[in-house]
Amino acid sequence: MAKIIVVTSGKGGVGKTTTSAAIGTGLAMQGHRTIIIDFDVGLRNLDLIMGCERRVVYDFVNVINGEASLSQAVIKDKRTDNLYILAASQTRDKDALTQEGVQKVLDELSTNYDFIVCDSPAGIEKGAQMALYFADEAIVVTNPEVSSVRDSDRILGILQSKSKRAEQGKEPIKEHLLITRYNPSRVNDGEMLSVSDVEDILAIPLLGVIPESEAVLKASNQGAPVILDSQATAGQAYSDAVQRLLGDEIGHRFLNVEKKGFFKRLLGASA
Amino acid sequence: MSIFDYFRSKKTGNTAAAAKERLQIIVAHERGQRKQPDYIPQMQQEILDVIRKYVKVDQDDVSVQLDDSNNCSVLELNITLPD
Repeated sequence: MAKIIVVTSGKGGVGKTTTSAAIGTGLAMQGHRTIIIDFDVGLRNLDLIMGCERRVVYDFVNVINGEASLSQAVIKDKRTDNLYILAASQTRDKDALTQEGVQKVLDELSTNYDFIVCDSPAGIEKGAQMALYFADEAIVVTNPEVSSVRDSDRILGILQSKSKRAEQGKEPIKEHLLITRYNPSRVNDGEMLSVSDVEDILAIPLLGVIPESEAVLKASNQGAPVILDSQATAGQAYSDAVQRLLGDEIGHRFLNVEKKGFFKRLLGASA
Repeated sequence: MSIFDYFRSKKTGNTAAAAKERLQIIVAHERGQRKQPDYIPQMQQEILDVIRKYVKVDQDDVSVQLDDSNNCSVLELNITLPD
């Protein structure tokens, strides 16, 4: 039985797809058979972030509608073993994902994979609710910024009331907080909410803190998940988060301002 | 941070503290609403309509709150009448 993990946030543009790609890749690198599913019908982007956009022939909706089999639609990642991708449909209407259809696909995948990572669309509408409905665990991606934190709290409310686990009175979805685009220097200057501020407000366990990093844009430009960039702080922070997701207790890094040498300060070079 | 930044004055106050305070208030408020039954907004509207038949009041002048403590639920209705 696969573990189903939804990557969600409420607010758009906080790094859900970047996180889905990184965490999914990280799990596969640890030897777990993993599939990442893009639930953002109409606005598919996971394929671009994963660098497999030219290999998409059939998508999630094709499988639900019986127009293609899962084996036809699932794309095997070329860089990472054990990693597979199921793209979202580009043109169909938002109602294309039905609960029965999604259930059928997840059931079929469940026997074949260790982890199913569901990349949720933004918002709290049907698409987002469908992505989280069947989840066992949730990664709530939050920027240290007021609107993102508020929307994350709303998504937590939906996880606790509208998921399958909630409706059937089962053990609740295990929630993880992932803070992205964190800038310790601005936190020091009192310009940005700190990790503990966000933890205080949302009150869920912290999975990881991903520092703001130029590597994230570079990675998406190239269609390679940022976790593969082991030199980058963001890549390392995602690797740590994957370890924690798998149960390891390791300390958080990159929470404090990196000490710069004299020349770096003088020239304003950024890491 | 370049050499030029040292000449700029740092006068932005602690805006993060303001953000935290605002968030704590709004999140607590929204969590309270979440626990309310679904019929509360409609009931509030209907109560407001009845009051409006007699007095001129705004939407904001009526607050309906349902508090659940132990096994006792209290429906609190607060109407600010105009002078």
